[in-house]
Amino acid sequence: MTRFYFDHNATTPIAPAVREAVVHALDEAWANPSSIHQDGQRARRMLEEARARIASLLGCAPKEVVLTSGGTEADNLAILGVVRADPRPSRHVVTTAVEHPAVLEACAQLEREGVALTYLQPDRQGRIDADIFRRQLRPTTVLASVMHANNETGAVQDVAALAAIAREAGVLFHSDGVQAAGKLPVSLASTAISLYSISAHKLNAPKGCGALFVRQGVTLAPMLHGGRQERSRRAGTESVTLAIALGAAAQLDRPDLTTLRDRLEQGILARVADAHANAAAAPRLPNTTNIRFDGISAEALVIALDLRGFAVSTGAACSSGSVEPSHVLLAMGLSPEQARSSIRFSLGLGNTAEQVDQLIEAVAESVARLRKLSPTYSEVTP
Amino acid sequence: MSGGVDSSTVAALLRREGHAIVGMTMQLWNQRRLPELAVEGATGRCCSIDDVYDARWVANQLGIPYYVVNFEDRFEQQVVRPFVDEYLAGRTPIPCTLCNNFVKFDQFLEMAEGVGARRVATGHYARIAYDEATSRWQLLRAADAAKDQTYFLWGLTQDQLARTLFPLGHMRKPDVRSLARELDVPVAEKSDSQEICFVPNGDYAAFLDAYLREQGEAAPTTEGELVTTGGRVLAHHSGVHHFTVGQRKGLGIAAGEPLYVIATDPATQRVTVGSNADLLRGSFHVKDVNWISIAQPDAPVRAEVRIRNKHTPAPATVGALAGNRAEVQFDEPQRAVTPGQAAVFYSGEQVLGGGWIE
Repeated sequence: MTRFYFDHNATTPIAPAVREAVVHALDEAWANPSSIHQDGQRARRMLEEARARIASLLGCAPKEVVLTSGGTEADNLAILGVVRADPRPSRHVVTTAVEHPAVLEACAQLEREGVALTYLQPDRQGRIDADIFRRQLRPTTVLASVMHANNETGAVQDVAALAAIAREAGVLFHSDGVQAAGKLPVSLASTAISLYSISAHKLNAPKGCGALFVRQGVTLAPMLHGGRQERSRRAGTESVTLAIALGAAAQLDRPDLTTLRDRLEQGILARVADAHANAAAAPRLPNTTNIRFDGISAEALVIALDLRGFAVSTGAACSSGSVEPSHVLLAMGLSPEQARSSIRFSLGLGNTAEQVDQLIEAVAESVARLRKLSPTYSEVTP
Repeated sequence: MSGGVDSSTVAALLRREGHAIVGMTMQLWNQRRLPELAVEGATGRCCSIDDVYDARWVANQLGIPYYVVNFEDRFEQQVVRPFVDEYLAGRTPIPCTLCNNFVKFDQFLEMAEGVGARRVATGHYARIAYDEATSRWQLLRAADAAKDQTYFLWGLTQDQLARTLFPLGHMRKPDVRSLARELDVPVAEKSDSQEICFVPNGDYAAFLDAYLREQGEAAPTTEGELVTTGGRVLAHHSGVHHFTVGQRKGLGIAAGEPLYVIATDPATQRVTVGSNADLLRGSFHVKDVNWISIAQPDAPVRAEVRIRNKHTPAPATVGALAGNRAEVQFDEPQRAVTPGQAAVFYSGEQVLGGGWIE
């Protein structure tokens, strides 16, 4: 069966140019970039070229890019690193209820260490209000962490504006840019953002690599100990191959997916009754739509679509792999029932209008079948 | 697919027979709940990450699509909550039957049909047959009497039976293991699960206490008197839900002749004890009766009636009553007819039907 992939916010297939860069790196950049000899120097040169490409994607200086093992480590390093480096006895952190677990769990760890936390609630569209944000900043606030774009709904926060507010209050500002990088223009140098996380595997490069932008002058307590790599902020021999992959991914030409996404969203909403796009009134990532189908178990719809060859997703997978209602949708004020009826479609390289049209058809048929069996669904006209 | 040998073998068998199959595991209970009940090395806990890991491993070996589906809400509403309420009401519930009726053969069947499956196959030990003469689906006892699970399946409707396969019903457990080995099922040597899946170590009272605490509900004070059939107070007890009809151990009293729990009454919080002879009952009523292999009979029918899982079915006459009820009249009085348990009516191999003991 031909398979069509519409889950690019979960991970992405490897782009051909990235594959070529990886193969080349395996042959040419296998040495230790910290070595004195010329083999090491070659690896170092290729590593730094990759770092420059990553910096160019982010609009920052190469020396502000710290390579990590992925987005989760970048988020953890930013949050734990900044707060643990602050010697004050009383410390406070502001974040939001719609962050990725990599941020939420790092914050929960800080709470266990005695740090005060404030979790901002979004509005119905998933947006964080700037005035509410401003009012939560305290003299003891060390760090604010607000994601650039949400992985589930695609809702985009005005992080430049929030970072400017934080800077006025003397607060460092971190943003999880894992979903935004490559999909939205990012120019960190011209903002007040202090730290920004990205992940390679959301950008058509392999898993196992990410990067954290750390603005010059920001001090981080490292999480790993055992080497002076990455300017003593991340010990361990650099994964040169994966950094090169991320560098190549940073340079890829990426089509604007807005038209294709709108074709999908409007197509589904036109074909399927009682379907609603979540967070549709917020500024959104051009590749993401999150649609709620009244009376449907999203879990069943994801499985039905998978068995027909379409990869889509719902909520967050728990440890066993089953689905729990999305904390993001719940925070936006959706009922657990509504959250359990919502599906995320995320587009990327390789998707075509023809695939989108087939997906619309498959969704319409699957929803009709599931609703016929649903004991709770009866068509409601608004 | 539970990750155990039975459902894994079913999957391997159907795969070998060339069916297009999809594996599913039901996530029914969140193991992070009630952490105080966690016991080092406890086995047989449902929905553990280990069991899901095993099920996924088996599915991967077979090369079939595999999904974990979350039915925690339904399981709590239809199984756990009623289980707790029944205990507090002084009855001895059977959660497995509720799970079969309202989760496995209800929401799960619906899920399966919704994703395009025509039938659901499970590792239950029971057989299903279609009787042309009566145009009814029949539920039949398993070939392996020791593993027979029909006592828990009496609630299945004709529609549910029509969409269900029990491929192990005609096999004996040792043969299932041999087949599992022959088919290279990775969990062929895994030990059988025991007890009620969400109650660790079978400690119902501890589960009840922990669950009520988690729900923010006060555990009802059901302390009361332990009395003889004649009304004489022998002792005080710490709660009626610690007792079940027929229980002999843990009464906390010494007496000349063995004493058994005859009845528990949550209204008066009294637990009545008596001799073995006091436990005997000749007749009782059942509710929520489901007739399977026969339509509801107009006249009383002869049957062998089983009143708990390990009970040897005893000859009786079963008469249908109005409102889905029935009266069971044993030929010989039987020990410990326990409210909340099921009575299942057999005619030889056939399950005629069953209901809840009132």
